[in-house]
Amino acid sequence: MASAVDSLPIVGNHPQAEVRSCDTTSLPVCLTAQQFIRWHAVVAVVFLLIGGIGALLLALTRWPAVHLLDAEWYYRILTLHGLNMLIFWILSFEIAVLYFAGTVLLNTRLASKWAAYVCFGMMLVGSVMVDITIMGGKADVLMTSYVPLMATPWFYLGIIILAVGALIGVFNFLATIYIAKRDHTYEGSVPLVVFGATAAAIIAVGTLLHGAVVMIPTWLWSMGVISEIDPSWYRITWWGLGHMSQQVNVCAMVSIWYLLGTLTVGAKPLNQAVCRGAFVLYILFINLASAHHLLVDPGVGAGWKIWNTSYAMYLAVLASMIHGFTVPASIEVAMRGKGFTRGMFGWLAAAPWSNPGFSGFFLSLIIFGFGGGITGVVLGTQQINIMAHNTLRIPGHFHVTVVGGTTLAFMALTYYVVPLIFQRDFYAKTLCRLQPYVFGGGITLMAVGMSFAGSYGVPRRHWDIEFTGGQFAVGFDAGAHAMLGIMGVGAVIAVIGLLMYVLLVVAAVFFGPRIAGQAMPPWHEEPARPADAVTDQSEEHKTPGTLVLAIVFLAAFAVYYFANWMWLADVWEVR
Amino acid sequence: MSIYNPPAGWFKAPTGAERLWVGLALTWCIIMSLAMPYWHFYGKQNSTGESYRVSVADYGARVQQFVESNTVGTEQGVPIVEIAPGGDGYLLARMWAFYPIIKLKKGQTYRLHISSLDLQHGFSLQPLNMNFQVLPGYDHVLTITPTSSGIFSIICNEFCGIGHHSMTGRIIVED
Amino acid sequence: MATRDPNGKHPIQKLMDNPWLLLVLGIVIPTVSYTIWGWIELWLVPTATLP
Ligand code: HEM
Ligand SMILES: [Cu+2]
Repeated sequence: MASAVDSLPIVGNHPQAEVRSCDTTSLPVCLTAQQFIRWHAVVAVVFLLIGGIGALLLALTRWPAVHLLDAEWYYRILTLHGLNMLIFWILSFEIAVLYFAGTVLLNTRLASKWAAYVCFGMMLVGSVMVDITIMGGKADVLMTSYVPLMATPWFYLGIIILAVGALIGVFNFLATIYIAKRDHTYEGSVPLVVFGATAAAIIAVGTLLHGAVVMIPTWLWSMGVISEIDPSWYRITWWGLGHMSQQVNVCAMVSIWYLLGTLTVGAKPLNQAVCRGAFVLYILFINLASAHHLLVDPGVGAGWKIWNTSYAMYLAVLASMIHGFTVPASIEVAMRGKGFTRGMFGWLAAAPWSNPGFSGFFLSLIIFGFGGGITGVVLGTQQINIMAHNTLRIPGHFHVTVVGGTTLAFMALTYYVVPLIFQRDFYAKTLCRLQPYVFGGGITLMAVGMSFAGSYGVPRRHWDIEFTGGQFAVGFDAGAHAMLGIMGVGAVIAVIGLLMYVLLVVAAVFFGPRIAGQAMPPWHEEPARPADAVTDQSEEHKTPGTLVLAIVFLAAFAVYYFANWMWLADVWEVR
Repeated sequence: MSIYNPPAGWFKAPTGAERLWVGLALTWCIIMSLAMPYWHFYGKQNSTGESYRVSVADYGARVQQFVESNTVGTEQGVPIVEIAPGGDGYLLARMWAFYPIIKLKKGQTYRLHISSLDLQHGFSLQPLNMNFQVLPGYDHVLTITPTSSGIFSIICNEFCGIGHHSMTGRIIVED
Repeated sequence: MATRDPNGKHPIQKLMDNPWLLLVLGIVIPTVSYTIWGWIELWLVPTATLP
């Protein structure tokens, strides 16, 4: 990163010999934090690989023309995939991100090395326990483990251990920002990326507390200590874990967008108050949306459903729409500042699309916004959910949030983590440059297939849409089958993208050329300033291109939203 | 720079395009916030969650009584049971079938009760694609008015064990 | 954004600079609005009369 070499003196609170100055950014790197970032990142990638193999098997089963696994293994692998991806991969990577943001950007040491060991150990042990019980056929309950479906107590215990471990990691981050403030290792407000990470940590605390409240009684119940768990109570509380954890991902992902905007093109947020305000809205309101999963449930009434599903008047959606504007706007300003002022989108065309850190993050932004954001709000509209609950529209939605959005952002960040934190260089850089496109393209195609299949009514979590052995003949028409085929093709492409990532990262981390002591090789050459560049003298930042993109987004949003209301008006009347 | 501490005085109101966008986004959010309450009062499709606590045994017995008093025929050994217009009907979900077959008339309104005898299930009416959750211990009442006629399938879309994919049911609607 | 006391911070900036207050609010608001209200809804579910 060229623009930040004016060196920061390392004052901080680091003990002797436990800090190094980054050879690329000159930021002070706490060596303890670095060690745990490495460990968590490596473990994360292993879980991603396990989940990825599962993904292929699942997609090839849901693709009716292939229908690979038998019913038992389909549900087993579905349980495995959900947990390894959504929880183990994501959570491990997030702990690494928290350790990075808490220490390096605040110029402080990690608060507690022992807590970091305990966190790492518990997360690893918990995850491995869960995977063993699943593969042993003792926990075919899917990741939601809805009662009264029962798994072996070891399964719930594994999840509890994992969650407590993660909570310790989150507290370690909070303690780190506390000691940084106490020791005055920085001046003024924390950097925006740290602020976003703090938002993620806060949400994670709420998430993991809900996890404890639901999982501990369930564990006791599985051992016969408690006789019964109310299924609706379980659903409300479990989704406090299951959905809130997705909001942790949103905060982590948005923080990474800001981080990569800075690392790749030197972008600066236009207005920090706006960006932070949006994170505050997340902290306060985004967690109400756990209600998305209970919109057609008995037990809870329309008032509760409508208020909570709307995040208290869509304030968290407002926050996402703000980030979705400010992130590309900051890129636009940075690129225009480099002289790419031609037309509306000259800045975008000239962006470093060959830098996987940039392309991965920008695709993540587009896929999350246009795909995940719009579908999420629409499916989470209380009444529209009648046409979506538990259909394939739901996985169609979350594979463009947590996969095309969060996972792709994490992948993009890895192209900087490996050289900067592991101090190793990548091999096969052409493949690295292609990887975000393959993964992002594949997952988008898969999600489109899933969403349309779901609109035909095809259920999620379902082994056989021919309903073999059922008391009545049921089937879906050719359109639904075609959509499942599109899903399958997209999934295969996405898995190829995922395997490329795993191979490239493993090769670099374990066998890559060591680059300690030298700046990281840049992913792209700074393009020359174009001859026709006009220098804007005014103070005001101009972002016409982003505004146009944002308005196109809003139009797409409105069309999809109202179209769904129209479809809803055609089904039977129900109250 | 998002990775450095912001200079003092960073707290200021948005300007220009950013301000415009915040305004547009806020307006859109307000529109969406009004849409759901509006539909709740004036729209015809809502999930109000009307429900009652019920024991599995009581619900099973009520379904049996409903079947005994309202059966109008059978199909593949499953009773076809007609609900009187405006009346209550009882549908049972269990591993791995919906019971019995429900018969309705187009344009009439019914109170259709659904509950489960064992695990959680999903009531998914096809090809309309209307979906509701079914929980043991909760009598979930859907006040429905069929607006189309024909033979409709119910499929289960909540995982309920190894035979989940074979869990189906029927609703017949006559003109 | 409203008036700012010339030598102090705007109250919203104070909130943003205070992670502990945000932590408390970020846990209390969803827990009350979503979780506790949800539990109360369940607790209020009447017993079926099965007409
Ligand atoms: C190559 C990438 C991936 C592919 C091809 C893929 C494919 C699939 C498929 C086919 C299903 C089954 C849907 C169903 O039958 O109901 C599924 C479920 C799921 N996937 Fe993925 N997936 C991928 C990556 C991910 C990642 C990275 C995450 C999380 C970060 C994730 C989270 C989930 C979850 C939570 C479920 C639902 C599990 C359940 O219903 O219990 N997936 N995925
Ligand atoms: Cu079922």
